[in-house]
Amino acid sequence: MNARILRYLQSDWAGPLLIIVMGGAVIAALKPTFLSPFNIQVLLLAISVNAVIALSQMIIIGIGQMNLSVGAIGGLAAISFAGMMQVWELPPLMAAILALLIGLTGGLVNGFIIARTGISAFVITLASLSIFKGINLGITKAQPFYHVPDSVKAFGNTVMFGPIPWLVSPMVVTVLLVFYLLTRQRVGRYILAVGGNLHAAELSGISVKSTIMWAHAISGILAAMAGIMLVARLQLGQPSIGDDWLILSFAAPVIGGAVLAGGHVSVAGTVLGVVIVAIITQALVLFEIDPFLVQVVLGGLILWAVGMNRIREVRFQKSLKRI
Amino acid sequence: MRFYQTNEFGLFALIILFGAFFALATPGFASVFNVFSLTRIMSIDIMIGFSMMVVIVTGGLNLAVGAIGVSAAMACGWLIEAAGVPYPVAILLALAFGAFLGAINGILIVRSGLHSFIITLATMSIFFGLMIYLTHAQAFRVIVPEFAQFGKLRLFGTVSALLIVSCIFAIALYVLYRFTPLGRQMLAAGANAAASELSGIRVDRTYIICHALSGALAGAAALMVVARNGAAIPSMAGHLGQDWLLPAFLGPVLGGTLLMGGRVSLLGTFLGSALVTMLTNGLLQLRVGEFWIQAMLGAILLFAVLLDLARRSYLQRRGIY
Repeated sequence: MNARILRYLQSDWAGPLLIIVMGGAVIAALKPTFLSPFNIQVLLLAISVNAVIALSQMIIIGIGQMNLSVGAIGGLAAISFAGMMQVWELPPLMAAILALLIGLTGGLVNGFIIARTGISAFVITLASLSIFKGINLGITKAQPFYHVPDSVKAFGNTVMFGPIPWLVSPMVVTVLLVFYLLTRQRVGRYILAVGGNLHAAELSGISVKSTIMWAHAISGILAAMAGIMLVARLQLGQPSIGDDWLILSFAAPVIGGAVLAGGHVSVAGTVLGVVIVAIITQALVLFEIDPFLVQVVLGGLILWAVGMNRIREVRFQKSLKRI
Repeated sequence: MRFYQTNEFGLFALIILFGAFFALATPGFASVFNVFSLTRIMSIDIMIGFSMMVVIVTGGLNLAVGAIGVSAAMACGWLIEAAGVPYPVAILLALAFGAFLGAINGILIVRSGLHSFIITLATMSIFFGLMIYLTHAQAFRVIVPEFAQFGKLRLFGTVSALLIVSCIFAIALYVLYRFTPLGRQMLAAGANAAASELSGIRVDRTYIICHALSGALAGAAALMVVARNGAAIPSMAGHLGQDWLLPAFLGPVLGGTLLMGGRVSLLGTFLGSALVTMLTNGLLQLRVGEFWIQAMLGAILLFAVLLDLARRSYLQRRGIY
């Protein structure tokens, strides 16, 4: 019995969950409006989009790389989604599928170049970040697409029941799919294997190159998904969508216990990391603290989380030596 | 390796080639006013490139260059405007502040043993957030006239005086890497940390100094932006200072500084940054559409790393490298 509790406490999501419960309780005690239906709805809206953004980065962290272009792919998909509905008058579903394909293409381009050349993902995605963002600005001339169909607007701004917004549904589906992919599907296991030890994975017969391409393709689709969701929520296709995703996309996975060297990520931990970020942002609003401090808190959270992960890692290695 | 086979020669040739092309294609490119504004931006981009280069030497990177630069510039503005410090002192204090923020990065990286990417990603958010919080996102506009005058100063009637500042820093860095033990230690620590440690180099301390240097150079670049604008504006490097990242990497990567660390090319970074600024300016003059410039800069970075890869494998096959 005790051993089981201990095992739960040592898992990636126990720490963040504890923080959420305790932090939530403290905030709710001080500000009862925190648990009001409206406030919960606002929280869930923020969590829905941010969770998909974080998962998009998490996949790449899992393979031991980084993807600076998550925001640029998301922004490009977002304006394409809105633009195709406004200019070509495509039905929303069709536009969404095409936008997801654009995200897939963006990810595949990243993955292809990284896998083929072996150049660090940082430089390649920095370059592609600029290319995707440039295409975005070239198409939109920095002007938003305003004419988003009412059905899309409604999807992003109405509730299913109680305080649960519709926007939660794509997030839940995405989370479950990514979880299924990483734990039950061959590609998911390959991604984590390559991230854990590239040479061992290669020697075990895994095609490292195609795995890297898979990971980036999935990341691209997820980024596009988040972009589409943001268009529904903001009710317009803004070219600046994705500009501020970078910090958050790293903060949530590392809070959730992801190892930056690759091979170990936690879907549940990442989602809880997103929840923590959302609660803190919301608390700053409720307590009327300067919203600019969100940046400081986010940065501090990353430092704290990577520090904690590092300590856990060192302890783990020491315990291995003892055996 | 013969000179015409070097990266620097290639960059030099490209600068001349494109310079001639733009001058012939658009009459505005070679005008006195355009050369002045081109060299002014060029000197700032070169400094931004240097500030990234000095950490790439260690095999790391510094995402916080923009955030540190803006913070240092705002500190300078506050010292002059609110605290009434004479401006030469304020400049020195601002550079020291930049170095201090860089040193924080260095200490965090060395102490935690984590990669500089995640640490500087976090501090970029922290530094920028604190700067916005403390300044209330307000600019310091009443900066002493000497600043703006220096930004407008022209040498021989055309070239911006800011280019002199970049050249002085370039020479100082050259002396550092070429002739001082500290510079050699930086390169050695970047090339092989374990071997350097065994040879008696204090690798940790060297890394911290590299990051402090990067912070000071970022501060210097930001002060040059202040001289250009005549005001210290919080948004001068974009959200979180992200707008500086691309120029910061373009210069060193084009210049042949190895991302793995241990090798530095000052002339290459200088010429690489200069080439990028010239291409941007020339394309703007050609009116290809200002919104497509960013996509082209990204394509140039991609092209540069691919070209470098091809060049190295070619030299390896020929047994030259």
